[in-house]
Amino acid sequence: MNSLFYQKRLSRNIGDKLFTSLSVICALVAILPLIFLVTYILIKGGSQITPELFTLEPNPPGDDLDAGGINPALIGTLIITTIASIIAIPVGVGGGIYLAEYSKGGGFSRFIRFGVNVLAGVPSIIAGVFIYALIVSTKILFGSMYSGLAGGMALSILMLPTVIKTTDEGLKLVPNELRYASLGIGASMYTTILKVTLPSAFRSIATGVVLGIARAAGETAPLIFTALFSYYYITGIGDLFYEMGSLAVLIYNFALEPYDAQNKLAWAASFILVLSILSVNIFSRILAAFTEKTKRV
Amino acid sequence: MEEKLTLFKNRKRFGIEKNIDIIFKNTALVLSSFVAIILLGIILVVFFQSFESFSRYGLKFLVTSEWNPVKDEYGAFTAIYGTLVTSFLSLLITIPLGVGTAIFITEDFVPKVFREIIGSFVELLAAIPSVVLGLWAIFVMEPFFRTFFAFLHNFFGWIPFFSSEPAGRNSLLAILILVVMLLPIVTSIARDSLNQVPKKLRNAAYGIGASRWKTIFSVILPAALSGIMAGVLLALGRAMGETMAVTMIIGNSNAFSWSLLSPGYTISSMLANQFGEADGSQVSSLFYAAFVLMILSLMVNIFAQWLVKKFSLKY
Repeated sequence: MNSLFYQKRLSRNIGDKLFTSLSVICALVAILPLIFLVTYILIKGGSQITPELFTLEPNPPGDDLDAGGINPALIGTLIITTIASIIAIPVGVGGGIYLAEYSKGGGFSRFIRFGVNVLAGVPSIIAGVFIYALIVSTKILFGSMYSGLAGGMALSILMLPTVIKTTDEGLKLVPNELRYASLGIGASMYTTILKVTLPSAFRSIATGVVLGIARAAGETAPLIFTALFSYYYITGIGDLFYEMGSLAVLIYNFALEPYDAQNKLAWAASFILVLSILSVNIFSRILAAFTEKTKRV
Repeated sequence: MEEKLTLFKNRKRFGIEKNIDIIFKNTALVLSSFVAIILLGIILVVFFQSFESFSRYGLKFLVTSEWNPVKDEYGAFTAIYGTLVTSFLSLLITIPLGVGTAIFITEDFVPKVFREIIGSFVELLAAIPSVVLGLWAIFVMEPFFRTFFAFLHNFFGWIPFFSSEPAGRNSLLAILILVVMLLPIVTSIARDSLNQVPKKLRNAAYGIGASRWKTIFSVILPAALSGIMAGVLLALGRAMGETMAVTMIIGNSNAFSWSLLSPGYTISSMLANQFGEADGSQVSSLFYAAFVLMILSLMVNIFAQWLVKKFSLKY
């Protein structure tokens, strides 16, 4: 009779309780530091934000009283990420179009897909090393060595796999009926792709690309010996060929300075970087969830 | 007959449109082959740049730890050892934590809303730049663990791994910040592969009287194993190549030590530290080290892909 009811003392029930609490502990140990990390960055960094931060140049370390602002680094990050996007988006979307629309699953496309996965796993510092050997040390860009342009190229290598993958996967989700309909009324392949399949996959591709850009904006390793760092305002298009600062490298350089003023600047830059990356992520997640709900079956 | 012929003729596209179509296709083809070109380019460039150092030191480079630009003696053993030790030890801590967390958010211990919030929060954390984690490690984690490290050294100093006085920046801190970095990766991939296990397997196990954890250990985890393994390998590759956070906290010393409490080096932190100011044969040696790093991460990566293909779920 008793055996029909739940018995606490059975070894299997004790073991179950034990493992359940173990997994709760795992989750707590894993998540609490992460929550602490995010709130700490946001509070500590947010308290350093002042209007001058966005307009001034950083002062060279040593002057402990006034560190200045992060204007050049902020603009530099925007420029370098833009250069990376200008290179990676056309190449990546084009490559993704080939994989999803033209290839027939043969050896070449399998090799390229494999290559995309491998390239995604290449350590980011290797991309910097590669661009250093190819562009910085050879001074191939009109005799300039370290430059914002070289930094953008290094970042574009990191963005490329993400863009290709999202384009490939986004296009594969477009139902084939749309393609048949378009080809059936006499549209050529490129009209079908440009006017029918790409527009209907636009949102998922755009989400992936934006996430890739956000990821690239926080990358530091490829920039430290391609774009280097600069303390001065960016004034014109010619500055592309000289050293260029970025938020990520600013955080790296100033975190290692022994001066309090520089460290504070690093916290402020982290706040801006983390806040923008997180908001882009959250926004695109909401957008993706929204798209999924409204999509017809 | 006449009519039919003209119709037939008109079935051809206009020349321009046809050409555009062909050009479009070939452009896409060329763009997609850029991936292969860049990948091969990276491998070839790094290999040829390291050639000088490779021919001078050969494989001795991998087992000696002298790094002396003045005497032109180079060996990357400390950095290679540091790369392997930090990535494997951090993974050793991350796997139980990450898989445990993944089980927590795929089982129904707490309402679904909470599980989803926790899940997406963990995923968001993967987006935090590593340089910010490094900053946090320097100013928050290091002071926090200082007394704990002193305790480790005082009571477990007889173990070689804790045998030195704890330094301000050391390998153990690098391992801990790597754990923070890898947790989101391992957790979200483990969660995805646990979610993919079909519900009927679980129901069948419950139906023959297995308890919840018997089901998890004997049915769910084995079924999700390949996905979890692939995620772990992905995390391993990430840990090996991770640069910024590790460089900022590991202390960057080329002196070899068994102790995790003394400063160390990894290949990527060596590159980050020395590349900007190196010249002559030091550059070539750094390229050699970069080549070693690349081969290591390529092997891990390709193995992960092979594993996914070989053991992907067949339900």
